[in-house]
Amino acid sequence: MPLLQIRNLQIDFRIAQKNMRAVDGVSLSLAAGKTLGLVGESGSGKSVTALSIARLLASPPAIYAGGEIVLAGRDVLQMRAAELRQVRGGVVSYVFQEPGASLNPVFRIGNQIKEALQLHRPEAATAAEIIRLLKLVGIPAPATRVKCYPHELSGGMQQRVMIAMALAPQPKLLVADEPTTALDVTIQAQIIELLGQLRRQLGMAILLITHNLGIVGDIADEVAVMYAGQIVETAPARALLQRPLHPYTRALMKSVPRLDADVNRLTTIAGSVPRLGAFPAGCRFHPRCPQGRPECSQTSPPLVEVESGRRVRCPFWNVAT
Amino acid sequence: MVTLLGTAFLTFFLLNALPGDVARVIAGPKATPEVIKEIHLKYHLNDPLWQRFGFYLGQLAHGDLGHSYVSDQSVSEAILTRLPITAALSSLAVIMWVALAVPLGVLTARFRNSWFDRSTLLVATLTLSLPAFWLARMMQYWLGYKLGWFPIGFFRSFVDLLLPAAALAILFVGYYARLIHTNMIEVLDSPYVRAARAKGASETRVLFKHALRNALIPVITVLGMDVAGLLGGVLFVENVFALPGIGTLAVQSVFNLDPPVIMGTVMFSATLVVGANWAVDLLYGWIDPRIKSGS
Repeated sequence: MPLLQIRNLQIDFRIAQKNMRAVDGVSLSLAAGKTLGLVGESGSGKSVTALSIARLLASPPAIYAGGEIVLAGRDVLQMRAAELRQVRGGVVSYVFQEPGASLNPVFRIGNQIKEALQLHRPEAATAAEIIRLLKLVGIPAPATRVKCYPHELSGGMQQRVMIAMALAPQPKLLVADEPTTALDVTIQAQIIELLGQLRRQLGMAILLITHNLGIVGDIADEVAVMYAGQIVETAPARALLQRPLHPYTRALMKSVPRLDADVNRLTTIAGSVPRLGAFPAGCRFHPRCPQGRPECSQTSPPLVEVESGRRVRCPFWNVAT
Repeated sequence: MVTLLGTAFLTFFLLNALPGDVARVIAGPKATPEVIKEIHLKYHLNDPLWQRFGFYLGQLAHGDLGHSYVSDQSVSEAILTRLPITAALSSLAVIMWVALAVPLGVLTARFRNSWFDRSTLLVATLTLSLPAFWLARMMQYWLGYKLGWFPIGFFRSFVDLLLPAAALAILFVGYYARLIHTNMIEVLDSPYVRAARAKGASETRVLFKHALRNALIPVITVLGMDVAGLLGGVLFVENVFALPGIGTLAVQSVFNLDPPVIMGTVMFSATLVVGANWAVDLLYGWIDPRIKSGS
């Protein structure tokens, strides 16, 4: 039994009296101690999927329309409020995109970490443990930083504090939702490295949400690519990066900035992500697909296992481009 | 300081621009020209205005507000003896409206668009449009006279302040409930509130610890101004309930055309405004750490 098993998850958003499906039949599985990269453009439903693991979506407008999210043997979608509070932080912790906005501006960082300890490990809510956690995430002079307010730290340091706060209750799963997007490139690399190191050290699983395939290779064991609310490809990270099969994954790969290629402009994917409630018929990627055929707009392809451990939502994955 | 000087200047010259002879008011309609002349001399009423203003400022610098032309009582003394009642009435009103507005604002934000939110909005809008003197009279009549739940006026003990303070509080509670509601809605959408929920914090903790303190930051400014400006409402309410506070003193002094007392009460309320601004600045540094290190 994997630590996290999402089966056929369906999430709607009720906007202007209409239900619009943002996540459509997503299934994911993540074993204890492993790292899964969930990749896609903004609006693909990857963050919505990630937030639903601790039922963090505001409802309304979000509606959990179907499926199940089994976390450490219990379906999160069936939990009562009290049980859910134990799971939030205790079993699954989150690190969000903007550390500056995700830390409460009016409380000292030491107190914010202490709160996480008090909620889940009250016996460990001590100054020594807070300093140990800050040290663990690589914050220099932790004993003096405890008294800092979030605005007194740099973006990279703020994200380290967020990570320390997330690790405080010793969760089994860390969900990192675009943890480096708001940071500059050198800091990005440091944070990703820190996450990898902490996973090895603490043995927790990581679900890394990102739009950047470039950072997935550094840390993930498995990768799932999302487009317009569906998974379009899943594969072991190395295999996917070496040989992407779905046309969307290939297009994403081409848009990763590279040091070894001499190009003046980054390649972009033509068109834009379809809006919620306006997903195209047939294959949802067909209007932007360089290999699109007339039949692609007719039937929506299923996610099919094409090789061992590799699943693709495109019947023409094997056709040479 | 500049604010206080400006207030003194404006009030002084406006008072002296009023038609009518102060000496005649003091001495009464039957006074002889000799008496009038004597009064003019005693209060330096014939001196040039600038000289009299300079004299007044000199007095002020020594903390002397002068003496009433009518009762000859020291103005500072008149204000100080009435201050406890006005202060108690105002504090009670502020405590009442804040204690009521905070939970209303927080809960209407949490249960946005529920019947509870909508009916609170309706009542809040109604109370916003009530005039102070009308509300005070109505409460005095219905709750005091008709139902007999509260004393209808005068001051014997602090129980007598409950109804007048409630009348003042009602004027503000609706506005504050909406102000806190609006700020809470904004704060509840912020990433740090989501992060607090993700930690496993209970809903009460999320609302009253993580969100409320941030939502109160903009409210503090308005509260400071309203506490200072509260004297305007106190004026009506004290008069309706016949409470011997600064509000009644101010109204009496206007009816008596007693310039030193008018000046005194105006200077007192100006000091209050300046003091409130200062208190707001202090409070800001305490509630929002970003301001302290920014300055």
